[in-house]
Parts: sequence; C-alpha cells; structure tokens
Amino acid sequence: MRINCPVCGERDRREFYYKGAAVALERPAPDAGEAAWDEYVHLRENPAGETRELWYHESGCNGWLVVTRNTVSHEISGVELASEARS
Amino acid sequence: MRVEGKGLIDRDQEVAFQFDGARYRGFKGDTLASALLANDVRLMGRSFKYHRPRGVLTAGSEEPNALVTVGSGAAQEPNVRATVQEIYPGLSATSQNRWPSLGVDLMGVNDLVSPFLGAGFYYKTFMWPKSFWEKLYEPVIRRAAGLGALSAENNGDRYERAFAFCDLLVIGAGPAGLMAALEAGRAGADVILADEDSQMGGRLLGEVEEIDGKPGHVWAGDIVAELEAMDNVRLMTRTTVTGAYDQGTFGALERVGHHRKRRGDALPLECFWRIVAKQSVLAAGSLERPVAFRNNDRPGIMTAGAVRAYLNRWGVSAGRRVTVFCNNDDGHRTVRDMLAAGVHVAALIDSRHDAETVPGVRMFKGAMVSDSGGRTGLEHVTIRSVGGEDRIQTDCLAMSGGWNPTVHLTCHMNGRPTWRESIQSFVPSPDAVPGMHVAGACNGAFSTTGCLREGVEAAKRALDAIGVKAADVALPAAEDGAYRIAPLWAVPGKGRAWLDFQNDVTVKDVKQAAVENFRSVEHMKRYTTQGMATDQGKNSNVAALAVLADVTGRAIPETGTTTFRPPYSPVSIAAMGAGAQGKGFAPQRFTTSHAASVEMGAPMIEAGLWYRPSYFPRAGESTWRESCDREVGMVRESVGVCDVSTLGKIDIQGADAAKFLDFVYCNMFSTLRVGRTRYGLMLREDGHVMDDGTTARLGENHFLMTTTTAAAGEVMRHLEFLHQGLRPELDVAFVSVTEQWVQFAVAGPKSRALLDGLLDAPLKDEDWPFMACGPVALGGIAARLFRISFSGEHAYELAVPSRYGDSLFRELVKRAEEMGGGAYGMEALNVLRVEKGFITHAEIHGRTTAFDIGMGRMVSAKKDCIGKTMSERPGLCDLGREQLVGLKPVGEVKQVTAGAHLFRAEDAPKRENDQGYVTSVAYSPTLGRMMGMGFLKNGAERHGEKIKMVDHLRGIECICEVTGPVVFDPEGGRVRG
Repeated sequence: MRINCPVCGERDRREFYYKGAAVALERPAPDAGEAAWDEYVHLRENPAGETRELWYHESGCNGWLVVTRNTVSHEISGVELASEARS
Repeated sequence: MRVEGKGLIDRDQEVAFQFDGARYRGFKGDTLASALLANDVRLMGRSFKYHRPRGVLTAGSEEPNALVTVGSGAAQEPNVRATVQEIYPGLSATSQNRWPSLGVDLMGVNDLVSPFLGAGFYYKTFMWPKSFWEKLYEPVIRRAAGLGALSAENNGDRYERAFAFCDLLVIGAGPAGLMAALEAGRAGADVILADEDSQMGGRLLGEVEEIDGKPGHVWAGDIVAELEAMDNVRLMTRTTVTGAYDQGTFGALERVGHHRKRRGDALPLECFWRIVAKQSVLAAGSLERPVAFRNNDRPGIMTAGAVRAYLNRWGVSAGRRVTVFCNNDDGHRTVRDMLAAGVHVAALIDSRHDAETVPGVRMFKGAMVSDSGGRTGLEHVTIRSVGGEDRIQTDCLAMSGGWNPTVHLTCHMNGRPTWRESIQSFVPSPDAVPGMHVAGACNGAFSTTGCLREGVEAAKRALDAIGVKAADVALPAAEDGAYRIAPLWAVPGKGRAWLDFQNDVTVKDVKQAAVENFRSVEHMKRYTTQGMATDQGKNSNVAALAVLADVTGRAIPETGTTTFRPPYSPVSIAAMGAGAQGKGFAPQRFTTSHAASVEMGAPMIEAGLWYRPSYFPRAGESTWRESCDREVGMVRESVGVCDVSTLGKIDIQGADAAKFLDFVYCNMFSTLRVGRTRYGLMLREDGHVMDDGTTARLGENHFLMTTTTAAAGEVMRHLEFLHQGLRPELDVAFVSVTEQWVQFAVAGPKSRALLDGLLDAPLKDEDWPFMACGPVALGGIAARLFRISFSGEHAYELAVPSRYGDSLFRELVKRAEEMGGGAYGMEALNVLRVEKGFITHAEIHGRTTAFDIGMGRMVSAKKDCIGKTMSERPGLCDLGREQLVGLKPVGEVKQVTAGAHLFRAEDAPKRENDQGYVTSVAYSPTLGRMMGMGFLKNGAERHGEKIKMVDHLRGIECICEVTGPVVFDPEGGRVRG
C-alpha cells in the first residue's frame, strides 16, 4: 500500500503510523454531553466502502494526514493534511 | 532416457549429483527432475496421506509430487520441487515422506486402509474421548502426516530484502511477456521483466514451434539479448512474482543461490523483493491439468506438455513406449514431437469422437484411459471405448485435460475469474487489479501468434496509461492454430481417481463432501483439503470444482472458484524476514555512556530499544543485590550518577506554547515561571493516564518536555496530533531532541558539592531552589541544569550536547567516587523511586486514572484538557476503585512479588474475592525490608489494615500492612534541603 503524502510525495505505508477514523478530529465541546463524548471516544463505523482515516507520516514529515480509502478495493481517493481537512 | 540431438542442455558440461545417496550424472541446464528422468529414475516421492509411490507430474513450479529435501544439517531445505531445482556439481537431494526407504515405505499401509481415510476422516474419527486428542491422536497424526522436515538447527544462510521501482513490471517472459517488454523497452519506459525460470522464453523453450522462421527458443534468445542491451530494462530470472498488492505493489522472490553450491560468499540464498510499478503486464501463461481416472497417480503418468518439455528442452524421453491421452488438440503435439524424435508412441487416446486423425500412431477416438497398472511405476493402461476394453503396455502416459490460464495474481485483490466456455477454463476478469493488463495464454490466448499480439497490445495500453508514446514493434510470424477442447474432468468408473495429488484428494472425496452437504466450493475445499497443500491445487482446483458442479447439478461458473491468495508459490519466512534474525530483529539504541558502563563491568539490560546499565559491580560483590544496595546507599548518603538520557526530550516553542501545554497536561503550565520545572500528568482522551514527566520553562515561549523512555514516540505523535488535528490555529512547534542532548542525574546529599567543583561558577542558593532550571556552563560549554529528583534526594540533572556525553559521564563518575559515591544503574534507580512511591508505567499501565494514583486533584478545574471530560465520569473516580498504596510485609513471610494479588486476610484467595494487585516491588536497604506498590480497592482509606498477598504462580503468601505509597521521607525534607 502506498500513500501520497502532500508534503513528501508517494511513500510506502511502512513509513506511516495508523490511528483510526478521522472522527478523532471532531472533538466535542467539554459540555457537549455524555452521548456526544461517548460517540467521539468509543463509537466507530466499520464501513465496507469509503472511509476517512488518520495516518501519521512518522518516518517522514511528521504530518498527520486524512486519507480517504475504500476498505473493499483499498483504493485511495484522497489525501490531505489534517490541519487543513478540518476547516 | 536421454535422446540424442534434442534439448537445450550443454552436453559438454557433465554435472555429478546424488539422489537418496546414489550417484548420477546430468548436464548443465538440467533440473533435478529432468536429470533423474534421463537416468530412468521415475519414483521420486511418496504421497502425503496414503504414501503412494509418486513420480514427477509436471515440468514447472506447479509440481505436486516430486518434492525433495536438498542439503543437510543447518542448510537442509525441505519440499524443494525437483522440477525447479537446477542441478549443480555436488548437489545432494533426498526423497521425503517415506520410511525406511523410498522403495519400501511401511506407511504405505495407509493405502490399504484407505476406505477409512476418506474425506472428513479427521473430523469424524478424532472426536472423542476428548482427552485422547493431546496425548494420542495429535502426536500420531503429526508423525504420520506432513511433507519434508526441518533440521531444527539455526538457519545460517543469508537472505535479503530489497525494493525496486519501475514504470512497467512484466510478469512472465514467454512470447507475450517478451513482446510486452520489447514494446515498452523500445518506447523508453523503465521496465522490469521477471520470470520464475532460470532461462527466459517460457513455453517456447519446451516447444518446437517457430517464430519468424527461427526455433522459438532462438527467437526468445534474440529478444532477451536486445532487452539486455537496453539501460532502461532490468531482467530478473529465477524471480517469482508472488503477490499483487495495493497501489501497484508486488511481492517477488528471487532465488539467488539455490542453483549453486553454497559457498558462504556475499550472495544471499534468496532475496524478497517489493516492486512498485506504475503499470503491469501479466503474462504468466497457463498450466496443464491432468484427467482423473483410476490409479492416475502412478509414476510415469505425466501431463502431456511436461512430456513434450522434457523432450524438447532437456533432451529426455520420459518413457520408451509412450501413450498419450487427451481431450484437446494440444495433446496431439506430444505425439508429433515424440514420433519426430524417434520415440515409440504406443497409442493416442482422444476422448473426442470427432478428433482429427493423427498419422503414424494407433489412435482411439471417443475413448478413455480407465485404469493403470504397475508396481512402483507405470507398466500398462486400460483403454475403454465403444469397442470394449483394451490393455496397452506403456511406461509413460502423457495426459492433457486442457490448460488453465494462470489467473492467480489477478485474484489477489478480491477479483474473481470469469468462465470461458470455449477453453473450458477461467480467464481473468477485466481490471481485476488496477493498472494490470493481462496478455497471452494467461488471458486464454493459446496460439503463439495470439500471445505475441496480446503482449504488444497490453504493453501499449500500459504505456498509454502513463503517457509514454508507444514504439513501433512488428508482429513476428508464428503459428495461429485453433484450440479445440471437449470437457473431460473425470473418467467414470470404480476406484480411486486422483484430483489433488499432493494432498491425496480423489473424485470420491469430492462426491462424499457433496453428499454430506458441503456443497459450497469453499466448504468442499476444507472438508476434503483439496488445494490446501503447498502447490495450492494449481493443476487440480478447476477439475475438483467441475466434479463438484457435476454432483450438485450446478454449472461450473455458478459453483465458482475458491479464493486465490498470495503467495503464488511458497516463500520462505527467512526471505520475508531477512535481516531480522537475532540482533537484526529490532534496532539497538546506545547511550553515550554505554562504552564507559561496559568498561565498568555493568550488565546492560534492554529498556525499549535502549540498552541501560543494570548495576555497576565492584570488587568483592558477588550478587546484583550487593551492588544495588551499595548504590542506593551512595545516593542516600553521598552522591550517585546515573545516565537518564533515554527519557524522551521534546523541545516546544511558539507564542502559544504555554496555552498548548495547558491543553496537553491535566495540570496548569501557563502559570509556570521561566526558570522553573513542573511535574506534568498527561491523560488520554478517555480519561486514563497516558504518561508523566517534568517540563521546564526555558523561556517565555520555550519549553522542554521530558517523557518516560517507553512512551517517547507515542507522546511525540500525540503532541503532533493535538496540534495539527485539533488546535492547528495555535502557534507552536515541536522537535525531538532526545538524541541531541544527554542528561545525567547527580543525586544525593553531596550532589551540590560535586557540581560546584565542576561548573564554571558555583550555584547560588537563591537561584537554585527545588524545581529550578536554567543555563549553566562547564569548561566553557553551554549546558542546562535542572534541580529535579527521581530519588527523593537533593539532586540535579545536568544536560549537555551529546558529543560531550562520554567525557562528562566519566568525569562525573570520577568525581562522585572521590566523594564516596559513584555510578548507579537501573536496579538502584528502581529501589530509590519505590522508596519514594514514584510511579512508572508499571503503575500507569493504561487502565489507571489520575484519581487511582492519588493525583485526582491535579486535574485543573480552570481549563479544558485532553481527557478531562471523560475522567469526570462517575466510574473513573468511584471510591470502590483500586487506588495506589504501599505494602509492608508484617507476617512470617517477608517476600512481596510483582503481579501477586491482594485479598482480605480472612478471605479465600480466589477470583471473586480479589481486592487488587502488586505492581512494583523492591528490597529497600534503607528500611532493611522488602516493599511493594500496588492497587487496592478503596486503598487510600485503608492504610494500617492487614491484607493477604497471594502469588498463585510462585506459591507465595504474605501478610502485608497497607501504607501510603511514600515510605521514605514522606515529608520531602531531603529533596528541598
């Protein structure tokens, strides 16, 4: 598997660290309530299809990336910096 | 039998080798299989389950029968296919799966009891009694089953891993692959052409068909020569592309050294490649399938294409009276070639009534071979036709049930092949692997012209996809015959007819599976073990599912195939894990004090990837405890020196650095003064403790964070995530400086005196209270000093750039020794911190909260931080939770052990009564007793209570008094003094 890092270019997946769903970027406000926090910390979709997930270019630029990947075909349709993906 | 004037072997170079201890001669260019056939050796192995005598079936890597062991001792390699193993002077191979010898195999008794060993035998037989499984069934099955054996010695061979990149990877160097590589090579693309064989040319090497008026192998040699001359083309022989993975990544195994005597030189035995290709052409060819009939597994019965290849490539006739049995025109070529070479062909049996007549041979049309006979090799076959049964004397039967395109790689990314009626086989589905173009026999094009044309076309599509202009390549002239076939999978009749030769699966087994309702092809496979041996059923799967389709009354496409998974052919673990044996398993990190510590005789222990001194033995000390106790005493009474450089050090700068740290740590950092250090506790977002450490404020916008040794990488990732992912608007940046700065703890009542003698200016009391930090100088070098303590003593940590680490450590130790102290290692460090109740990852192991470790009030109410909201959940600060306590042995037994569990003194020590557990223990020379730290339900409220510690594993029971975690100097007077 290869990821096209926006900073470093296409690199082997061994250079990256995997974190999980990009949901982690949507941190609720402290007073958002139990349900919102439970959802944020614990609940994850397990889609057969397109998913947005976080990868860290640990052996490269230290950039956190949002990778849009199809879990069925493993096709990667988009890579962006996490710092830019939120806005 | 060698045939004069035939073959591509070098008859001027004789090669001597051994098989089962007997000496034989072959020629350079021979495989073990061709050389043995040339010496009239037909029996090469025994089958897996019934121990039936077996000979070679094929001439390629798909071989199910002729598996041998090459070499002996540490270099012993089991399950080597004789069809792939090239002979070299001194090669020594032995047969497998027989006892005492290949000719007389006592396990052959299995064959006689075969009616009881059919499909599902294991599942039905070894059910009960349950206790028999471990003691009786499994050991017996393990001894009887299996193929070759390992030597159990350490593998001394060298293996390599390598990466390669290209525009176009061409897999297979037959006519299609050669044309694809030629087209792309001439167009200027960066090409890799890989082929599993020792010589490129594929099927052309085993056939007599001509291309452009030249013998096929000559034409192939010319193309290879042209490709070799191109700088942009890399040729990889003996390289099997074993798997197709995401984004154009391929795995490939190059057999670098199997064809020569092992010399212990620089070349590895094997190299596992990861090839990244923008586009690929799959020209993997096709594999011939046998026909199932009674006793079709006798040595001397081979595929028709293999018989032809042995003749044309290796100059070997597999028999003296050859018979051919086929359901397609391709088998007729074997008759033609054998006759042309002067070999006697006893008969041609074609199952088709309308087959074309072949001149010069006795031909049976609309007939089938229904049985074979012979002792350890074929002696005669029985032919059944409308006219009745005939018996023919023959020592070689060449059979062809048709050809299966080698679709494997196209299925590695979840693709399923498509049934093509005209060739009675599966072909790759379009675009099954992104960027892969399939060409030639692999795509169902069985004529030479078809292969050549498809090769060029596939390359052109690949070049187009990467924007390279195609070159002009003329299509050579070659045969363009049609391929006609009528389905014939299994000859009807009684007895056992083999499908999977390697796993001993018969037509009867597949039918039995269907009768017992294992009708799905995946169920049938697992019930019968069809296709589950090392050859993965390369020449048997299609026939097996055709039989299943027939019994279940379904069409073949409806029945479907099983899943094709990598690797295409076996890959040794040693190749995939090359370089990872022993010290190669993980990187080693050494501190700058490593050499000095080793010189002092310190045993080094692993701490993550780091190596740290355990203790520093002195003359007269015979146990680690003696050294450790002395080192603890040094720190408590004079001064000790310890390298603490392995802790993670992260330099944090920016206008919002303080604000960011408030978000990271549960306690406040924006209030920290410049020139001061603060202990910080980091939570995970779920409210549990992640890591701890001290952070120093070196300037208004400049902090230096330390992490625990183990969590340094994790914390760095965490900080980057919190910044980039959650707070990108903050002006802050981080860099790890763990390796740029070394840091030494100087701890003990005389630490101040030691430093005053070393630093360029003595320390002033008012500038250096507990937790102060700042720049100092020694010998004109800018250094950093922190007045922090992990021992509870008046202590400092002194940091200098790494290049001074070795000399500073030696200087510190020398000065400490002059003052009655010295270096201390990890053992003493641990004792000192347990005496003070300081936590490590033994306590913050991922399931404990700030509340549990008695730091609940550190979670600031004035701000948000990572983990704050979730840490406030009732369950995470419930009084019934296990809380950190100290444990003091007060009964007869004085031994406290880590991992032991805690119970009320009056309770039985069982799970239901569990009250907590011990996390850290040490013998305190300061207190003269053992001490422990652990977690106890509502422990903070239970100080003074007597509880029972039980170590079920070691059989230790010890009554302990519950104390606070800090057992030495709880008021902290020494650290401030």
